[in-house]
Amino acid sequence: MNLALTILIDGVIYASWLFIVALGLTLVFGVLRILNFAHGGLYALGAYSAAVTVGWFTGHGLDGWFTILAMFIAALAVAVIVTPIIERGLLRFFYGRDEVLILLVTYAVFLMLEDITKLIFGVDPYYVFEPRTLLGNVEIGSLFYVGYDLALIGTAIVCGLAVWLGLRRTRIGKVTLAVIAEPEVAATMGVNVSRIHLLAFGLGVFLAALGGALTAPLISVQPGISVSVVIVSFAVVIIGGLGSIPGAAIGALIVGIARSFAVYKVPEAEIFIIYLVMVVVLIFRPEGLFKPIQARRI
Amino acid sequence: MNNTLKVVVIGAIAALALMALGFAMPRWLLFTATKAVAFGIVALGIVTLMRGGLVSFGQGMYYCVGAYASGQLAARYGVTDAFILLIVGGLGSGLIAAVVAPLVARYRGIFFAMLTMALSMVLYGVLAKINAIGGSDGFNLPKPTFAGFAPQDGASDIALYAVAVATASLCAVLCRLYYDSRPGLIALASRENELRVEYLGASVFAVTARNFIIAGVLAGLGGTINAMALGHVDPFFSYWTTSGEFVFIAILGGYASAIAVFGAALITELVRSFSGSYFPDSWQLLLGIFLLAVIVFLPLGFGSLWARRRVTPPPADEEIRS
Amino acid sequence: MKIAYKALLSGLLGATALTCGSAAMAQDDTLKIGVVTFLSGQAAQSFGVPAADGGKLLVAKMNAGEVPAPFDTVGMGGMQIELVLIDEAGGATVQVQEFRNLVQRENVDVVVGYVGSGDCLAVAPVAEELKQFTILYDCGTPRVFETAEYDYVFRTAAHASMDNIGLARYLKAQGTEVSTFAGINQDYAFGQDSWADFTAAMAQIYPEAEVAAALFPAFGAGQYGTETSALMSAQPDIVHSSLWGGDLQAMVLQALPRGLFQRSEVVLSAADHILPPLGKQMPEGVVIGARGAYGFLAPESDLNTWWFDAYEAEYDVMPVQAPYRMAQALLGLKVAVEKAMADNGGTKPTSEELAAAMQGSTWDSPGGLIEMANANGHQAIQPTAFGKTVKDAEGNIVLEDIVRFDARCVNPPTDVIALDWINEGFPGAQCD
Repeated sequence: MNLALTILIDGVIYASWLFIVALGLTLVFGVLRILNFAHGGLYALGAYSAAVTVGWFTGHGLDGWFTILAMFIAALAVAVIVTPIIERGLLRFFYGRDEVLILLVTYAVFLMLEDITKLIFGVDPYYVFEPRTLLGNVEIGSLFYVGYDLALIGTAIVCGLAVWLGLRRTRIGKVTLAVIAEPEVAATMGVNVSRIHLLAFGLGVFLAALGGALTAPLISVQPGISVSVVIVSFAVVIIGGLGSIPGAAIGALIVGIARSFAVYKVPEAEIFIIYLVMVVVLIFRPEGLFKPIQARRI
Repeated sequence: MNNTLKVVVIGAIAALALMALGFAMPRWLLFTATKAVAFGIVALGIVTLMRGGLVSFGQGMYYCVGAYASGQLAARYGVTDAFILLIVGGLGSGLIAAVVAPLVARYRGIFFAMLTMALSMVLYGVLAKINAIGGSDGFNLPKPTFAGFAPQDGASDIALYAVAVATASLCAVLCRLYYDSRPGLIALASRENELRVEYLGASVFAVTARNFIIAGVLAGLGGTINAMALGHVDPFFSYWTTSGEFVFIAILGGYASAIAVFGAALITELVRSFSGSYFPDSWQLLLGIFLLAVIVFLPLGFGSLWARRRVTPPPADEEIRS
Repeated sequence: MKIAYKALLSGLLGATALTCGSAAMAQDDTLKIGVVTFLSGQAAQSFGVPAADGGKLLVAKMNAGEVPAPFDTVGMGGMQIELVLIDEAGGATVQVQEFRNLVQRENVDVVVGYVGSGDCLAVAPVAEELKQFTILYDCGTPRVFETAEYDYVFRTAAHASMDNIGLARYLKAQGTEVSTFAGINQDYAFGQDSWADFTAAMAQIYPEAEVAAALFPAFGAGQYGTETSALMSAQPDIVHSSLWGGDLQAMVLQALPRGLFQRSEVVLSAADHILPPLGKQMPEGVVIGARGAYGFLAPESDLNTWWFDAYEAEYDVMPVQAPYRMAQALLGLKVAVEKAMADNGGTKPTSEELAAAMQGSTWDSPGGLIEMANANGHQAIQPTAFGKTVKDAEGNIVLEDIVRFDARCVNPPTDVIALDWINEGFPGAQCD
């Protein structure tokens, strides 16, 4: 089979996974100016939660397509439980503070989540097998791809479009854009800014947890899965431009295809290819590919 | 007494007092203190950058370059003199920082942090591939000597601690003098408002580049001290978690003071070590709580405890737009 | 400024006073062992926690005198054993510091630890400097004793060259035909060394075979879709991997439905620990190594039966390589302690006495005879075994076609660098 096509398919599947995780990250930054390090911990919580929920569903005879539903419910549950604790209980006290300081706050949350997850779920691995068997296999050239993996591409597109259109076409989305542009003015116009913050952060948590839930069938859910995810998705949103949804999509595609190319052509470089891409992009586009407009302070 | 003399005298007295204290310390604390002092020197570099409004998440890179340069000199060519190694480590990392400085000096905020981090991760990846210098496992280096002396056992630990304290004091004094000098104050001004600084005729780019090179040299010195103390160097020195630890210490110390970082480094090391020993299953939880507590209760770092008058906290909402 | 220095000084003094006061003095009727292994992060589930669990169980049994003969004396030489557990996470820098804390602050008598090769390499010279008897129980790199000599440092398990030499020998013993092979190994020293040892051994045993692909995913990558495609495109006869833990499980789960395991024979050098958690998801026909004759691969003996049953009864899961390796370290330590006490009149042995007692010693472990034969009596060699996965009558995965290798068939002779030994064609290898 054509090598370029293989590289492209593998790269796009990986990019889809990255995009689902990075979407929440870039959204939270866009609205709240928080680069959320705890995103990785929330991803892990989503994976654990999905494993438990899917197990509960199949235990009650709800198998087959219900397991997919179970994964979405699991991600939603994480968002509903965790968002008020982290956003209301902690982050809102830091709004307007230095971005790097808030990054450290979320790093502290990440550290705490690592141990809290371990205290809740233990160190033994959890598995979710069924969802990945639902869509069968697809033969492309001489290779077999799992339908579930290919469906991730569709899921990523749906998630991205939903958030993007939601921000532009719905009332609450437009209000959110107003809050992003001018929080003070929005507040004087009667917008409940803290409610917008809560919703945006909640959506970010949901997307992180969804990323984890959708990944759970591909992995053994156990301690340590959160770390590499967060750094790679940082790279994606930085490449794309912080706060930009199309940027995150392009960033994920660039990272995914570059990594895929490295695996085939220069496997020795796989370990640092992502960072190399990030450096190159930042050199030519100092604030990422899609730079949000900012006012100058005089 | 003029300011320069005052700072130098205080620095010298502090150095001597801390060295004397080394003899009273239990040996494990001596090692932890040496490591903390080295971390403090690296964090001092970040503090220097912070005064210009920037935080580097990639100081691990210069820490690593210093450690590898001096470590290779010691392991491969048998040069074990601590002073030569310090000079080589500091200059080596300073050189690399000087090459990188023009590249990164244009960047601000989170992009500066992330670009420096990405660069350090590229170095990590490259070093992990070079088997001639130990690959990802790194390499060991011999015990340092001190101007011809090769103290044994405990004496060697004390000697290295003394060298670390002397280096740190020298760096702290020089940084203090630099902070209070005209170029140093321009950095502080550009933290508040870059545009105004430019209109006044100063170059923010030059200030940032200079601060970055200073931070690189400091990181290289810290890396060299830790390479000598540990007897081992590996690419993990350049990993983002290492850089994260330096930022952690710098934020804890705060940008107001050139010495608070050393206290912050020691306290961080002790908290991490004791929680790791007594709560091996939940030390990350405790470290997270500690970090949050400091950020909440001491938003400007430990330095703000005694340097309140030097800096005023920024208003809660500093977004003043044109 | 003045106040600043005062604050710093008083902080330092306070810390000193606090810790001097709390440092407990070691007592003569207890042996305090510092155990260092991964309790968090990626190696916790597969290696660290099972090893710590195995250590706790064996120490409890020793303290109660319930281990079968010849280990049936109470504790170690009559002394009760106390464990101090430390997390190995954080890299070599942190581990050197924690090692010093264990020795100088916690006053442990012995340190047993280290899964990470980098941690072993960094800690060994410090142990030597502090004259602290130390057992490296797990790490794989051959470099520890190949590049330095130590008096106080011992490794009670064979290094990782054995695992990959053994794999190549196993393929030959099974009559597998290999014309092309590929590898997927993590991009850090253990993965790179494993691949180098395996390709060198294959060059000797299968001189005609060619490398079809060599992939190096990052440690903890978690996503192996692209690697699977690359391996399947290359269509090698054999796919070699030293992946372990969550990474290996993810690789298996992702590659299995895509048919990698049908297209190529997969040989895994350190994979036994994924069999219990993966259960029926594990494919058949995969060659499995355990870094020793452990678990399914363990030789029959009363000691092994006791250990296997005791562990399974306590933790409801079979023991895999990690607890076996911890057990063989602790059993060897018990032998050394008791030998030293027989020589010194029954007082608690010093580090020097322990080192003298352990040097060149041999003892039975659940995984077979451990011989401290290499590196001047500091590096163990041990027999190993490999097997192939198959479903039993109930559909559970077990191992069949088990082939055992004598310790001297797969470990280099003393003072020979492992890779040189392979490249020279295994001179002096004793395979029966």
